[in-house]
Amino acid sequence: MSLLHVFEFGLKVGHLVWMLCCWIASTISMNWFINGEFKDPKAGILGDSGSKMWFKCWDEISNFSFKIHNQYYQFIGSKRVCKSWWRKLLFSWVIGWTLASVWIFCCISSHATEKRKETLASMCDERARMLQDQFNVSMNHIQAMSILISTFHHGKTPSAIDQRTFARYTERTAFERPLTSGVAYAVRVLHSEREQFERQQGWTIKRMYTLEPSPIQEEYAPVIFAQDIVSHVVSLDMLSGKEDCENVLRARRSGKGVLTAPFRLLKTNRLGVILTFAVYKRDLPSNATPNERIQATDGYLGGVFDIESLVEKLLQQLSSKQTILVNVFDTSNQSYPISMYGSNASTDGLEHVSHLNFGDPFRKHEMRCRFKQKPPWPLLAISTSIGILVIALLVGHIFYATVNRIAKVEDDCHKMMVLKKQAEAADVAKSQFLATVSHEIRTPMNGVLGMLDMLMDTDLDVTQLDYVRTAQASGKALVALINEVLDQAKIESGKLELEEVQFDLRAILDDVLSLFSGKSQDKGVELAVYISDRVPEMLIGDPGRFRQIITNLMGNSIKFTEKGHILVTVHLVEEVIDSIEVETECSSKNTLSGFPVADRRQSWKGFRTFGPEGTMHPFSDRINLIVSVEDTGEGIPPEAQPRVFTPFMQVGPSISRTHGGTGIGLSISKCLVGLMNGEIGFVSIPKVGSTFTFTAVFASGSSSSKEYKSQQINNQSNSVSSEFRGMKALVLDPRPVRAKVSTYHIQRLGIHVEVVSDWKQGLSIINRGNNVIHMVLVEQEVWDRDLNSLGLFITNLEKIGHGTPPKVFLLSNSSNSSRENTATGACDLTIISKPLRASMLAASLQRAMGIGNKGNPRNGELPSLSLRNLLLGRKILIVDDNNVNLKVAAGALKKYRADVVSATRGMEAIELLTPPHQFDACFMDIQMPEMDGFEATRRIRDVEQNINNRIQFGELSADACNNVSNWHVPILAMTADVIQATHEQCLRCGMDGYVSKPFEAEQLYREVSRFFQ
Amino acid sequence: MEVVQIQRTLMDYTKSLFMEGLLDSQFLQLQQLQDESNPDFVVEVVSLFFDDSEKLLNELTIALDQPSVDFKKVDSYVHQLKGSSSSIGAQRVKNACVAFRNFCQVQNIEGCLTCLQQVKQEYYLVKNKLETLFRLEQQIVTSGGSIPMIEMGF
Repeated sequence: MSLLHVFEFGLKVGHLVWMLCCWIASTISMNWFINGEFKDPKAGILGDSGSKMWFKCWDEISNFSFKIHNQYYQFIGSKRVCKSWWRKLLFSWVIGWTLASVWIFCCISSHATEKRKETLASMCDERARMLQDQFNVSMNHIQAMSILISTFHHGKTPSAIDQRTFARYTERTAFERPLTSGVAYAVRVLHSEREQFERQQGWTIKRMYTLEPSPIQEEYAPVIFAQDIVSHVVSLDMLSGKEDCENVLRARRSGKGVLTAPFRLLKTNRLGVILTFAVYKRDLPSNATPNERIQATDGYLGGVFDIESLVEKLLQQLSSKQTILVNVFDTSNQSYPISMYGSNASTDGLEHVSHLNFGDPFRKHEMRCRFKQKPPWPLLAISTSIGILVIALLVGHIFYATVNRIAKVEDDCHKMMVLKKQAEAADVAKSQFLATVSHEIRTPMNGVLGMLDMLMDTDLDVTQLDYVRTAQASGKALVALINEVLDQAKIESGKLELEEVQFDLRAILDDVLSLFSGKSQDKGVELAVYISDRVPEMLIGDPGRFRQIITNLMGNSIKFTEKGHILVTVHLVEEVIDSIEVETECSSKNTLSGFPVADRRQSWKGFRTFGPEGTMHPFSDRINLIVSVEDTGEGIPPEAQPRVFTPFMQVGPSISRTHGGTGIGLSISKCLVGLMNGEIGFVSIPKVGSTFTFTAVFASGSSSSKEYKSQQINNQSNSVSSEFRGMKALVLDPRPVRAKVSTYHIQRLGIHVEVVSDWKQGLSIINRGNNVIHMVLVEQEVWDRDLNSLGLFITNLEKIGHGTPPKVFLLSNSSNSSRENTATGACDLTIISKPLRASMLAASLQRAMGIGNKGNPRNGELPSLSLRNLLLGRKILIVDDNNVNLKVAAGALKKYRADVVSATRGMEAIELLTPPHQFDACFMDIQMPEMDGFEATRRIRDVEQNINNRIQFGELSADACNNVSNWHVPILAMTADVIQATHEQCLRCGMDGYVSKPFEAEQLYREVSRFFQ
Repeated sequence: MEVVQIQRTLMDYTKSLFMEGLLDSQFLQLQQLQDESNPDFVVEVVSLFFDDSEKLLNELTIALDQPSVDFKKVDSYVHQLKGSSSSIGAQRVKNACVAFRNFCQVQNIEGCLTCLQQVKQEYYLVKNKLETLFRLEQQIVTSGGSIPMIEMGF
């Protein structure tokens, strides 16, 4: 049992120690990992992967604990409350377990004591019983002897027993009474019989101790028989001894064995008692009175009991004599117990008392037992309780440490949150600051630009003019940069919102192309745009931002490309997905300029749209565009590729010095693409080139207005495109990609195109004769390669007599005039310089074919021509408080055959523009007294909204309002202020655009064309 | 023969106006707006400018004479003047107006008065020059010639 206990305890302790170790290890290593540094790198025996694994493990554990913590946090609520709660809990835990361990200690030790007591009691009782038994046996013998005497001494006359017989008998039967050291028989002698008795015996009755002849008494009890050992008591009067007398008297009165108090035996000087039996003349009934008994008394048989040896013998018989100490007392006199056996060494320890009954009711004896040794230390109890206490304390400590740790982590977390908030606030403040500063810079910059403008108008010599131009260009670049920074700040603060207006993607790309055409021609880089036929003409989205992305990407490309080409392709995502499987073989030669390029399919590898869970909705009217800008530039070094989209990051510091720029463009593009629900990616091979690809989601614009298609073949060439309709063209180009681009542009004019790779093929097509080829477009490369055979080709063309021979055009990469000379010298040839744009192509064709070529050939002829078309018969309201301005503006618009109405005040404009009205557009000055342009516009929009609502709810019939159900008159701001802020304000107030004062044909055209189609 | 002479004078005179910076390209644009349908456009606009400007200059003189000058009002007048002058291409008047407005914004009365004088000076100068120009044109027209278009590298 106790072994089991010990084992159990050992287990417990072991478990505890293990737990402790774990905890310590966890704390240490946690600190390690949290600090994130190994103070001694050699200590990391686990190695890199090992430590990673550990880290992961701890991460999970901490996650778990965090979860727990979260729950507890929710549960407890405020931190302070839970802290005190923890403390109280901990305190009561410790107290409780201390009490419990004390209690356990008490329990176990009292249990042990109880057991000990029981053991002692049982041992003591056993001894007492045995002693009693043995004593009784001896007593019985003595009683038997008394019967023997009564039978043979008193029952027979003359007596059959004399001293010698008795002595011999007793000697021989001594083995039966091992405890009696001697037996003697005293006879009752009355005084009247004394003389006769003395005579008969031959000796006088003597007194005890003094051995003198007994004085005269009523009766005597002289010993007549005695065992040899005690033969010296023969003739002594038992009644003369005080104790003996008392004994004798009691014995004959009670008829039972009577004991004396212990006394020192005469000879052995050991403690003994005398047992006395009365011998009666006849058998007495058990209920005989004491008097009858006294009368019937014949004599007294006494036996000496050596108690000490009795007990000793007894104890020797028993085992475990060593363990307990036995004392026997005569306690007849309660207050003075007489020790009969045992040392008096009194210990306060445990004692058990057993009563002894020796058959004498007058005498009381008891046996007192106690253990020899002191009780052993209650080691089990102590160890168990201490063990429990230790466990409880350790658990408490773990608990405490955990709580502390949680609190610490919590504090840290709290601190981190505060810091995070601060950092975020700082970031917001930074953006705010950037925005403010940018704005503040723009205002003075405007002054600078304006002043430079003015300066340019003054009388300057060539050098000065050059300086001023440079200054102005720099200023414009700065404004552009500031706008970019503003964009970035806006994007970061989430304030950038996209417009939802209808726009023509092709026109935008043409614009961008023309923007870069100068630069690309300077560098000799071929620039081309290809838009898939499946992309709708009109899209709804934010054209400005789309243009910004394209401009950014193309700007980068052109910056880093010195030779080769830049190709912009626009497809529907669906198309590209279809072609992914098909277009697997893509020879690097098959590119626009023949230079190898980075495979653009690599650039959209990571796009979600192409994944299995791609957001493709084939039935919705969403248009997923995928736009790639491919260049053959120097590429991005692999180490710089990961941070391409990080703001203000450039490939290297030298880049910004060589190429300028802030490195913000791509980051903005990425954000914008994100806003258009698209993705951006790239692939770049150093020394080969880069391809950037992005997707964007637009709504289809053509679905809402079918008539757009018919009207809107092309913005710029609206008036001319119809003139080319139905014509046929032949493109002579051996390179499919380039031919595809050319075809795309020519087809936009409504011209049917056939592509041939060399002139022989071309000639055969023309010779077939069943279809008339109106024009032949020859790629410059072909031209350069074999000039002679082409000369032949052209002369052949002229010989074929299908009426007018086809016109021959040379698609030239650069506007190299020397080639133009040689070429045109040879034959009738028109140079069309790349990049191809519908408008430019149309103009060139027009000029060469002599179609619709009227008006002066000045620059800006096309817009003013188109403007006339656009504005012819349009009713336009001009609002300006300045009469002169009003007059000029009216004059300008009248020149384009517009029907102009003037107003000088905002209120007037509101009245005129309250539906129903006939106005097609309104030009509004911004700065006016009384009511400025913004306010007036706002009010006009309110009125229109009101009317529209009423029409919608049927309160007002559309008939009453000229069948127009949705009133929105285009309002364009007229402003001398060119900065973007004003532009934005214009848009915010519900204006549709702005033109700068004084009117400039190109800009006017651009704005107006958005509304009049 | 006389007409050709006048035409040449007009050309030279107009060129000198541009060279002196009295006029800028806006004036050319204005001239381009004039066509058969609107033969007196430039004269109309310019005389409108004269009327307006004289009114504004008077107002400005009065406004700046006040013991407490209402700079806001002055500013709006100058703004008007600046707008109309830039519309007809009276460049130097416009530039003077720009300087004027700057003084207005800082409420510098001394500067304003100086500027007013300058504006007046520039105004009368350009007025004289334009009147001369129109007279020359008139002469050509009455002599049966056509007004030559001035092509400048703008």
